[in-house]
Amino acid sequence: MRNKTFTRREFIHNLSFAALSGLSLSLLSSCSKEQREDFLQKHFLEMTPDEKRALVTRFEEKYLRKYNKNFRVSVQEAIPNTLWGYGLDLSRCIGCRKCVYACVEENNSSRINPQSQWIRVIRLKKGSLINLEDSEHYYDPANVPEKDFMYMPVQCQHCENPPCVKVCPVHATWKEPDGLVVVDYNWCIGCRYCIAACPYRGRLFNWRDPNVPSESWNLSVHYLGNRPRMKNVVDKCTFCIQRVRSGRYPACVEACPTGSRKFGNLLDPNSEIRYIIERKRTFRLKEDLHTEPKFYYFFEA
Amino acid sequence: MIFFLLGISVTALAKEAREEFPVPPPPFTEGIFPCSNCHASMELNQKKRALSEHTQIRLHHAETLRWCLDCHDATKRDKLRLYNGDLINFTESHRLCGECHGNVYKDWKAGLHGKRSGYFTGSGKRTYLLCVHCHDSHSPKFKQIKPESPPYTPKDKRNAK
Repeated sequence: MRNKTFTRREFIHNLSFAALSGLSLSLLSSCSKEQREDFLQKHFLEMTPDEKRALVTRFEEKYLRKYNKNFRVSVQEAIPNTLWGYGLDLSRCIGCRKCVYACVEENNSSRINPQSQWIRVIRLKKGSLINLEDSEHYYDPANVPEKDFMYMPVQCQHCENPPCVKVCPVHATWKEPDGLVVVDYNWCIGCRYCIAACPYRGRLFNWRDPNVPSESWNLSVHYLGNRPRMKNVVDKCTFCIQRVRSGRYPACVEACPTGSRKFGNLLDPNSEIRYIIERKRTFRLKEDLHTEPKFYYFFEA
Repeated sequence: MIFFLLGISVTALAKEAREEFPVPPPPFTEGIFPCSNCHASMELNQKKRALSEHTQIRLHHAETLRWCLDCHDATKRDKLRLYNGDLINFTESHRLCGECHGNVYKDWKAGLHGKRSGYFTGSGKRTYLLCVHCHDSHSPKFKQIKPESPPYTPKDKRNAK
């Protein structure tokens, strides 16, 4: 009996489903192939290796059309038994901002209109380190370090318990097995909940397409990292995912003229970061929030 | 026999240490090395005095306690001299620095003090800088530098949204 007739509920369900599919079919057929593929793309974590390969080709072609550059897009997965951790020596940082600009170059961030910088160096008066409200990040003296100040670069802290991931309504951001908190820019809907949730101001919103000089593109990119972002998505520091997964130091570590920045695998007892945690006085920013950052500030001596 | 074995282990250790620290050559002023080019024909004068030739060198490194020949060897001019009298090459200057700055030397060997770049694992090239790449050995305190420009404020025209 029920096989032949519909209940009212089933009728409405089927009708609305048909209407929706008809509508979306006509919409999808009216847009370009590129837009259609973007729209129908699966979630990155649900893709098979074959689908990821197809994704790479698709994005390389797309970037070739858009920027006229041969990008090499990587989808390299996390190396087993790694948990990346960062150390920063506050007694040696001189606040020169070389890391900021090295990061911008490495990660294809927008240079101007809008300016997008993943690292923010804040200046604090000596003796009031815990008072972040009195910090200043537009400081511009003739020379650094200044006598009465210390400097503290802040970027994404790659929390073990990341509030930004918790609030994302579409799961466009997640924590990778090696501890990196990443964003799939093609899944992000630009709601900026994560920006509101992050206690470190570690995330930035792309108000426009990136403004990068044509000769300055870094062509070695990772899908979850420094590939060119688009308008209306959120991005953030990824500890240079494209570098560290092949065993290379992040760009900010290489740029630091005083060697204040340290990087390593927290699970490797011989790594530099473990040496710091075991032998130096370390602290993590806003530990009381229980975000468990993997970014350790420390002092020499 | 024991001495023989000890000798082997010491050389093995030394070799290992050299391989462990792939450092670029020390940063010499152009044309200054080898020192013996000039010093071979000069008479040895061990008196502490103002140097008329090395005008660029201002010793500001515990200068009341020390003088050139505490680190540079008096006779073999192209070598540095450790406290025990051993002569070492300029490429191994970190051993000389480590004699006084033991704690820093320990941290440097662990990769903490100082700077490492390149690849930290795998077969890629890695570079560890020597003490003298960052610190002028004659005046080691860091000099002030000009910072990069600050970020634009949200209201800046160059930061339009």
